[in-house]
Amino acid sequence: MGIAIALAGNPNSGKTTLFNVLTGARQHVGNYPGVTVEKKQGRCVSGSDEFHVVDLPGTYSLSAYSLEEVVARDFIVKEQPAMVVNIVDASNLERNLYLTLQFMEMGISVCIALNMMDVAKKRGIDIDIAKLSSLLGLPVVPMVARTGKGRDDLLKIVADHAKTRTRSLKISYGRDIDEALDEMVEKISSEHFLTDRYLPRWVALKYLENDVQILEMGKEQNPQMDTWLSSVTRKLTHHLDTTLDTHPEGMIADQRYGFITSILKQGVMTCTRDKNRIETSDKIDKIVTHRFLGPMLMVAVLMGLYQFTFAYSAVPVGWCEGFFGWLAGRVDGLLSDGLLKSLVISGIIDGVGGVLGFVPLIMFMFLGISFLEDTGYLARMAFMLDRIFRLFGLHGASVMAFIVSGGIAGGCAVPGVMAARTLKSPKERLATLLTVPFMNCGAKLPVYALLVAAFFSENQARVMFIITLISWVGALLVAKLLRSTVIQGPATPFVMELPPYRLPTFKGLAIHTWERTWQYIKKAGTVILGISIILWAMMTFPRLDTAITADPAQVGTQQAAARQTDEEKVDQASAALRHSIAGRMGTAMEPVTRLAGFDWQTNIALVGGFAAKEVVVSTLGTAYSLGDVDPEDAGSLSERLQSAPGWGPITAFSLILFTIFYSPCFVAVVCIAKEAGSWKWGAFSMAFNTLLALGVSIAFFQTATWIMS
Amino acid sequence: MPYIQLRQMQVNQTGIIAGIKARGELGTRLRDMGLVPGKEIRILGKAPLYDPVSLRIMGFTLTLRNNEADHILVEVN
Repeated sequence: MGIAIALAGNPNSGKTTLFNVLTGARQHVGNYPGVTVEKKQGRCVSGSDEFHVVDLPGTYSLSAYSLEEVVARDFIVKEQPAMVVNIVDASNLERNLYLTLQFMEMGISVCIALNMMDVAKKRGIDIDIAKLSSLLGLPVVPMVARTGKGRDDLLKIVADHAKTRTRSLKISYGRDIDEALDEMVEKISSEHFLTDRYLPRWVALKYLENDVQILEMGKEQNPQMDTWLSSVTRKLTHHLDTTLDTHPEGMIADQRYGFITSILKQGVMTCTRDKNRIETSDKIDKIVTHRFLGPMLMVAVLMGLYQFTFAYSAVPVGWCEGFFGWLAGRVDGLLSDGLLKSLVISGIIDGVGGVLGFVPLIMFMFLGISFLEDTGYLARMAFMLDRIFRLFGLHGASVMAFIVSGGIAGGCAVPGVMAARTLKSPKERLATLLTVPFMNCGAKLPVYALLVAAFFSENQARVMFIITLISWVGALLVAKLLRSTVIQGPATPFVMELPPYRLPTFKGLAIHTWERTWQYIKKAGTVILGISIILWAMMTFPRLDTAITADPAQVGTQQAAARQTDEEKVDQASAALRHSIAGRMGTAMEPVTRLAGFDWQTNIALVGGFAAKEVVVSTLGTAYSLGDVDPEDAGSLSERLQSAPGWGPITAFSLILFTIFYSPCFVAVVCIAKEAGSWKWGAFSMAFNTLLALGVSIAFFQTATWIMS
Repeated sequence: MPYIQLRQMQVNQTGIIAGIKARGELGTRLRDMGLVPGKEIRILGKAPLYDPVSLRIMGFTLTLRNNEADHILVEVN
């Protein structure tokens, strides 16, 4: 098993870099049980010792307010690692030690990996390691995680000190609080209240801090004790409020910082340079967050990211499509026409191709975003845009997800949904996840292109612009609606650090990108393949007795089924499609969708669009008995629609509106469910979006027809 | 010396934190990041729409929304 160690520390302190240095590529990414917080673990060997390393989420504190902090402290209490390695940024010692103190108060074995010694030195900060170690009473190892310097020293210290419990730290919180603490500790100890897990003093502190998690646990274990402790807290709160105009929570934090200051003042840290000196980062910020230059630069960066993700991934995506097209062609030749062939080509190959077709996109997107995140630019973007996004109950960092999803037409909601991971505020993140699918992804574009070419050929550019505008305004308004209804609650505090600009390491970027991509393949892949087969079945069964050869279901992007130009067979395909489950659904829904101007052919196409939005085009082709229609070149279908009964600019625009807002494709739905941590949200986005789309389309169609008549 | 709300501070102005009026989650978050009485801060800049604000404290850069900055009292020179 080896020695179990947990890595803990502030965000931006180099924790991930240290984790990579320790474990190399031997790491495994998963989630903490029941929550969406990422859990990374790995092994490392040094000399004769083997270590099992768990990377705890980066936090500034150990309160009960955020999931990450609860996860971190629960892990330590439940899993009892032999040692907590606390990564501390030497160039930012004062704030980093705040977390260290809280670990020490829990009475667990801690050592400090004092990272970024090089940065501190450059800034003229001199740290007396021996003194810091003796004043805190725990081992301190100087390091430069970026270069791996200090790695072996750290592991040696861990091996030597593991299991030697550090004496728990007792900070004096001033007479009032100390007296209350003593009183509480005595009773907690004698009653064994929560002491199976926590130190008595820690439990008392958490009661004074109004820690929701501990209060709940306490109430459950011993309601009498809980009442008594709460009354002591109330009394003290009242006392502090009247005498000092403060409260226990605030006082405790103030005293912790006071304790740190007193340690640092004993000669631990000396600054040899003017502390008001303007750092390089500040100079960059003068330009990057400048009132006019900042937003201009941001637009350029977003365009660049977009170009990088979608243009450069086009080549590998092409290889993927080419390969699966070739494979389908081979199967086409090998198997005789029939159900099996249809299943293999339209169900399995298109399904697997659909899953893997997104992989290059996701890789490029994560590479680009990791780069922006690791350099520190992402935080600046959130800083500049927060004012706008906050209006709609979102966060400045939401912009990334919107852009990647198709905020600039042609993105993709799958990597977009995954890009929402950079958001740390839970409510804002969920609202972002649920609204990014309204953006115009690349797969919706063929649908728009078809309709715009057929009915708005004179104003193509203007209509496309209006479509983009509607999806942005719609998404933001829906976000606002969700944040004031189902995801209600005040904004999560913004309070955010702007880390100094840093050049990311190639290794860090590569590991990060690969592990995210692999997670997508592993987790989403299996589900997506399953759904792809179900969709194939829906568009194939029950079958018409005569339709044995035709393959009406064009699920996925590779339209590799047997090409049949024969008019008779094409009519047969249309009839078979209408006869299938999807066809029956389409027909059954006609009375409702008529209000929005859609006939049954359109309905079937929209059901098919759940597989991938561009399938709307090819399915419309089948339904209107045109045989296979290439989504990229749908001229014939365009002409057919112009002459079809019931079709006109109003119907076309109603369908465009529906396409903007209705259910995300199932790949995106699966990703939403995975990212939100619950299938409930996947189902919600399907149902809610479809109803919304129907409402919008009906309202538009009815109003427009009324005005025109 | 006068006390003012952090929101009213000008860019490049320095001051000493005198009090944090927020409680609950916001109060905890502000304190976790080192915004406690006695610390010196300097306003570095404001976002293009004048909100949020960025400031220097204990050697690092922190950003706050204006409505969060309202809870912080500062003693300015």
